[in-house]
Amino acid sequence: MPIGGIIIEPGNSKNYKTGSWRTFRPITDLKRCIHCMQCWVICPDDAIAVKNNKRIETDLDFCKGCGLCAEICPVKCIEMKKESEFNCNKKIKNKKM
Amino acid sequence: MVNLKELAKQESKISSGHRMCPGCGAAINARMFMMGTKHPVVVANATGCIEVSTTVYPYTSWKVPWIHNAFENAAATISGVVSAYDVLKRKGKIKKEIKFIAFGGDGGTYDIGLQSLSGAAERGHNFLYVCYNNEAYMNTGMQRSSATPYGASTKTDPLGNKRQGKQEFSKDLTKIMVAHNIPYVAQTSISHYNDLIEKATKAFEIKGPKFINSLSPCTAGWGIKENDSLKVARLAVETCFWPLYEVENGKYKISYDPGDKKKPVKEFLKVQKRFSHIINDKKAIKKIQENIDKNWQDLKKLEKCDF
Ligand code: SF4
Ligand code: SF4
Repeated sequence: MPIGGIIIEPGNSKNYKTGSWRTFRPITDLKRCIHCMQCWVICPDDAIAVKNNKRIETDLDFCKGCGLCAEICPVKCIEMKKESEFNCNKKIKNKKM
Repeated sequence: MVNLKELAKQESKISSGHRMCPGCGAAINARMFMMGTKHPVVVANATGCIEVSTTVYPYTSWKVPWIHNAFENAAATISGVVSAYDVLKRKGKIKKEIKFIAFGGDGGTYDIGLQSLSGAAERGHNFLYVCYNNEAYMNTGMQRSSATPYGASTKTDPLGNKRQGKQEFSKDLTKIMVAHNIPYVAQTSISHYNDLIEKATKAFEIKGPKFINSLSPCTAGWGIKENDSLKVARLAVETCFWPLYEVENGKYKISYDPGDKKKPVKEFLKVQKRFSHIINDKKAIKKIQENIDKNWQDLKKLEKCDF
């Protein structure tokens, strides 16, 4: 840790994964997605990834499962599913700083 | 209309990993306001939900210069920063165009930070003040503020024999800021992202003090489901509980008029636990409805005025 305990990396909360808070997981049918970006604009956690003007998979490391993306989606292609339905083989772990 | 595809190309100025609750309106507000400008931004942040949950040591979610100060002086802090910038710019030491923004919750704006905000507005510094209004001191456990609406139960307005929730109407801070005769004052809500981002962009481009009051649903404090933040904020607008309008150089303009589709306030109240005790209380509902109708009519009259 730097002297004085200052934080030197901007936006380093990227190292703190909040995905483990989730009880519901948004599952997006990207085939039906019209890439309107409304889910991107509303997501409080900036968990909707966008690449080359296209909405791609949700970043499950940070998505807290609030369901607002599913709420706003005009074509209703996001479905909220219980997290327990998924076999979590990838555990979200936070590094110690 | 904002172009979301264009906006999505920019890198977000706040990173993920902050600890605001799932579905938090304050987090949405912070993100959306920062989308309003392409210029570099300096942020001052009063104590409140956004401040505590974006900077849990040893982490920060901010990718822009960010200053935390006490509850009461976000506006004073940003005034100082703006003044320093103005001097350095005049001396040619800074060439870049930089925008300045202060975030405060309703506690830090309506109550504790009002004097510093009023002072900064009167002195005419070039900054945007955003009040993300979740209508109580949510970060310390939902105590009432002067933004808490009539009837809402909070930690400090519990349901007792004599009193059932808050007995006073909230104060109209937006109009108080209009009375400062500053170039731009507006009210917006996260449910109308076009309106919010357009107002932010407009405000960033105007010179002088600007104030925007933005409704910010709080899932825990309002007693709503995580995925209902949007719906509740929309109902607030459609019932005219929270009208969207702007005041540019003293001229009022309503941004969204539901017209005949104006919903009864009960629709907004019944989806929130904080109002559950009054939902069958006809007298209380009538009182709230009358207050909303009067304010809405007043606003319409103000819009017609040619000052
Ligand atoms: S569920 Fe909530 S946090 Fe997750 S991607 Fe959707 S809006 Fe973002
Ligand atoms: S809101 Fe729906 S349609 Fe629009 S980009 Fe997101 S997933 Fe696609």
